[in-house]
Amino acid sequence: MISIAVVSGKGGTGKTTIATSLFLSLDNVQLIDADVDEPNCSLFLDIRTQHVKDAQIPIPVIDSSKCILCGECVKNCEYNALANLPNQILVFDRICHGCGVCSVVCPTEAITEKNRSLGKIFSGIKGNRRFDYGELIVGEELSTPIISTLKEQVDKKKDYVIFDSPPGSACPMVETVIDVDYVIVVAEPTPFGLSDMKVVVETLYQLNKKFGVIINKEGIGNEELENYCKENNIPILLRIPFDLKIAKSYSVGNNFLTTFPEWKEKFQQMIEEITEEVKNE
Amino acid sequence: MSDNTDIKQVTVISGKGGTGKTSLISSLAYLLQNYSILADADVDAADLYLIFSPEKSEKTDYYGTKKAVIDFDKCTKCMKCYESCRYGAIDQELNIEIVRCEGCGLCKHVCPVDAITMIERVSGNYFVSDTRIGKMIHARLVPGEESSGLLVAEVRKKALQVAKEKNKSLVLIDGSPGIGCPVISSLSGSHLAIVVSEPTISGKHDLERVLELLKQFNIPGFIVVNKSDINMEITQEIEDKFEKDFPVIAKIPHNHIFTQAMIEKKTVVEIDSEDKSVKDIQETIENIAKLILEKLKISNKNTF
Repeated sequence: MISIAVVSGKGGTGKTTIATSLFLSLDNVQLIDADVDEPNCSLFLDIRTQHVKDAQIPIPVIDSSKCILCGECVKNCEYNALANLPNQILVFDRICHGCGVCSVVCPTEAITEKNRSLGKIFSGIKGNRRFDYGELIVGEELSTPIISTLKEQVDKKKDYVIFDSPPGSACPMVETVIDVDYVIVVAEPTPFGLSDMKVVVETLYQLNKKFGVIINKEGIGNEELENYCKENNIPILLRIPFDLKIAKSYSVGNNFLTTFPEWKEKFQQMIEEITEEVKNE
Repeated sequence: MSDNTDIKQVTVISGKGGTGKTSLISSLAYLLQNYSILADADVDAADLYLIFSPEKSEKTDYYGTKKAVIDFDKCTKCMKCYESCRYGAIDQELNIEIVRCEGCGLCKHVCPVDAITMIERVSGNYFVSDTRIGKMIHARLVPGEESSGLLVAEVRKKALQVAKEKNKSLVLIDGSPGIGCPVISSLSGSHLAIVVSEPTISGKHDLERVLELLKQFNIPGFIVVNKSDINMEITQEIEDKFEKDFPVIAKIPHNHIFTQAMIEKKTVVEIDSEDKSVKDIQETIENIAKLILEKLKISNKNTF
């Protein structure tokens, strides 16, 4: 099994387009949409999914008959998820990270835990393609635990597992890419695109990941992104020209490969090269 | 304008990334420069610096979550920390994988010989800088760091303080894509949200989720449909579907001027062009700026 994450610093550069196209170019493959704030892959795929489980974290429940209001839990919570009121300890559910410190420091064993759902996991299969995605419940703050739960869905019998990552380079992106074999960075050749890509590249260096860049919407801006890749010996895997026809086809939910089937071979060839690079390690 | 509570905060968000949020807010900040302080709260992909070339920055370190460090002179390799960590941040050789460490301190609490300390680390910086439109507050998160929501809160706090000092009535906040922690942090306590969307089925899907968030937080919002001519049908659907709570106040057709302005390090409204399509877009953005002042009951000094 080879796992590949599709990432981008800037949003809207074509991550979902690339991830779903890879999925439809390959056999015996799994696609995992880890952009749990705004999961969109399902809109471009004809695969029926169902809710298979919830993504949960354990949060504290305080037994007031045992609690002596000593405030140790409040003092030791790094996330300020507990507050000491005159006659009770208040738990702010939405702020709690589920780390378990409060239960450990409580001197009277007044704290137990219950599970709280932050999101939902969906899964579907069509032929030898499997698709999973996670969805953050609106109003919840923590995307990362949903991505961790989603990673339990990885099907090791597949030849390829493709992740569609959240944009940016903060914790949700790190959680998505930290265990994968290869990362594809999708970038657009504009000043914003380059600036955001540089942050992603620094993060990938820090995580010691193999990666390459797909330049999407080529021709829209300037040459600086390409020059940056060359200067830093970052491989350019593919170039997809800017074309309003692509944007229009995307707008109604057509998959890129359905509208432009001639690209399938290019994606397959790119994956072959990536596979070789990963296996040569 | 003496109290913080008089200062209105407007957050520009989008749900889906790449809809033109930063391009729009930079134009609004240019037009409203007599009224507002600009805050770049998209700390994970901060791009406003490319338009406003900030200088003479006053820099503040930002301390995010702490990280665990093991003192191996004291450690007895009892493995209690390894067994307790819920984030898989400690491996069997007792190496701490910094990017997985959430800084909760559980390992420190379970260690029987006090071998673990939690160390504060600089996870980013924020800056108050001079630009051609006045002060701008912006930040940089160390790549791969977490708790961007806390840094967003710091940026906003600083922006409010500067707005007060400079006697401004408005803080304009550039939010991040999505609906999670940094977005909630950029929205909480805002008086108005400008939601930049695009007429694609994914744009519409993401818009629905972000509007639901606004409802939960009871924040009024205006929708701007960017690249509206990519799909006029979906643009119409967006107008019809949300008109009751979140009116579409502007539709901006796809235009190369957005990328052109970015390359010239200018806002779209600063571009001198005789092209009618560009002039129309500039006028549309001016109208958005006027609507913001109207909605927040800020008297229009008629300076743009």
